[in-house]
Amino acid sequence: MNHLDELENKSVYIIREAYNQFKKIAVLWSIGKDSTTLIQLCRKSFFGHIPFPVIHIDTGAKFEEMYEFRDKYAKEWKLNLIIAMNKEAMARGVKCGEGDGFTCCNELKTNALKQCMAKHDFKALILGIRRDEHGIRAKERVFSPRDQKFNWDYKNQPPELWNQYRSISDDQTHVRIHPLLHWTEVDVWKYIKRENLPINKLYFAKNGLRYRSLGCKPNTKPIKSDADTVDKIIEEIKKSKSSERAGRSQDKEAAYVMQRLRKLGYM
Amino acid sequence: MRNQKESKFKIVFVGHVDHGKSTLIGRLLCDTKSITEEKISEVKTICKQQGKQFEYAYLMDHMIEERDQNITIDTAQIFFKTDAREYVIIDAPGHVEFTKNMITGASQAEAAILIVDANEGIQEQTKRHAKFLSLLGLEQVIVVINKMDKVKYKEENYIKVKKELLEFLKKIKITPTFIIPISAFKGDNIAKKSDNMDWYEDKTVLEALETFKETKNLSNKPFRMPIQDLYKFDEIRIIAGQIASGTIKKGDEVTFLPKGNKSSIKTIEKMNQQLESASAGENIGITLIDPIFVDRGDIATQSDNKPKSTDEVVGNLFWMSKEPLSIKENLTLQCATQEIGVFAESITNRINSSSLKIIEDKSNELKEMEIATVKLKADNPVIIEDFNNIPELGRFILIRNGAVVAGGIITLN
Repeated sequence: MNHLDELENKSVYIIREAYNQFKKIAVLWSIGKDSTTLIQLCRKSFFGHIPFPVIHIDTGAKFEEMYEFRDKYAKEWKLNLIIAMNKEAMARGVKCGEGDGFTCCNELKTNALKQCMAKHDFKALILGIRRDEHGIRAKERVFSPRDQKFNWDYKNQPPELWNQYRSISDDQTHVRIHPLLHWTEVDVWKYIKRENLPINKLYFAKNGLRYRSLGCKPNTKPIKSDADTVDKIIEEIKKSKSSERAGRSQDKEAAYVMQRLRKLGYM
Repeated sequence: MRNQKESKFKIVFVGHVDHGKSTLIGRLLCDTKSITEEKISEVKTICKQQGKQFEYAYLMDHMIEERDQNITIDTAQIFFKTDAREYVIIDAPGHVEFTKNMITGASQAEAAILIVDANEGIQEQTKRHAKFLSLLGLEQVIVVINKMDKVKYKEENYIKVKKELLEFLKKIKITPTFIIPISAFKGDNIAKKSDNMDWYEDKTVLEALETFKETKNLSNKPFRMPIQDLYKFDEIRIIAGQIASGTIKKGDEVTFLPKGNKSSIKTIEKMNQQLESASAGENIGITLIDPIFVDRGDIATQSDNKPKSTDEVVGNLFWMSKEPLSIKENLTLQCATQEIGVFAESITNRINSSSLKIIEDKSNELKEMEIATVKLKADNPVIIEDFNNIPELGRFILIRNGAVVAGGIITLN
């Protein structure tokens, strides 16, 4: 069994385990490469039929190409798509890219998700985060409980042994499930290549620029690159000396924004 | 270059608090150029802001609390690579409260590095961690004797700690492949041979790491597949599971334990394809010729070589809850996808995991971080194997009120 097979098998096991334990479950799809890989793994887990909803958190500030991609593949893959928007905050004038990075992410993403979870009564959420993305994400478990305020008590996490995933305690409202935790950025691209997965064209270089990580339009910057194929992207990442999320401003603005966001329930 | 077929090798770093795990990992990341310059400068900036001198340890301890307390809080997974292969390192913390995180990390690892301070020698956590490695069946262990710079690189310190260690490790049945004198802080014997210790002629840490072997292939063992779930898509009933061991082919007869009902494999399903055969580690769906009743927790096995079905499970148990285990207490056992009500019938050979001293030969309770041989009585039959033969069916967890309170390893004679 090669490395990608091993990664895939572990992820499929986690996804099936999650669905077995939680019927009120959904998967989060940001339209980026990781969550699109996650959608593919969910399709594989259930022989092409994802038996739960797919949530897209829409801040209203995504790239046009992302919306196009979302609508095309939601249809092709017959996804039960839920679009989550914090319309109340938007009506109040909260706008992505205005004010500090903390408020808009918290309102338009975290709170949009909270509202959506409450409305549908989801007890578990599958997310495509990876350990190698950011220091704080390295601390995550595969099944990670969140309390009523969506808080993540990372100092007191339950033990997780072998492939026994379980996370039930009295005060938790939902469990976050992370089937891609053990993948790296290069793994994701190699898998995209192997599976011949459609991936948003923003990732591929155009006029010397490409996006390495996709977020909201105002705070996502492209990197200098000539990588216009998956192979070239893989080569580029291998040689890269900067980190994947360097183009995502909420990670850098204040030293601890990411940690604060994450503790409050950010993805 | 790395062979595409190989997967990332998982190693865990264990040892007493402050003996230098994070420093060694930080050093390995830098010396193998596995960390981005951006990350190093980010950490340097934070150190500057906090008025501290940059240390390799801070690369690992990339969190506020950790930097403030100077301890690693949780099991983090970090990747690094050498010319030979890629590694995933799990930084297991040394602080006593976080032993359950160390166990979480070690349960995912294929090999371990045990770090001991050249000055302090074996400490409480050294013993506890080594004991857990042995308990979890980790056979591949390298010992590094760190902070040699603090003892002026003297061979006599190395010899003294080495002797102490070997005596101790022998008791818990660990045979280290190498015992390497290093200074993680200064970089001696990590990526390159140290000029400060001419008396040491064996491998550096990186060279020693390359000697670790990949986990054994379970495809040639008897076929076992714990049933994970049942799906019905397009009017077809699919029985899903991950193969724990062995290989299955279309047409093979399988027996579902504990019920014992049998049928033959009609198809082996994956998304958009049907397979002729599948082996250990693969997640598959199967359909059967006969419409027999199958449920989650059943174990599909080859009919001519069946595992043990029993209502008595004897395991080496490590207890991870503040509330002790009491004899006769009702708990749930989870072994692969089996979920069965159990109670402890006897607790013997109860030991303290740090002193490794026997607390009681026969006991009525087991407290946090203690280890014992526990005989569990199950409400229904459980399918088990020896951990060293088929790990998936030789290990289990115990659940109390929804929380994981213990892990156990089964050894059959």
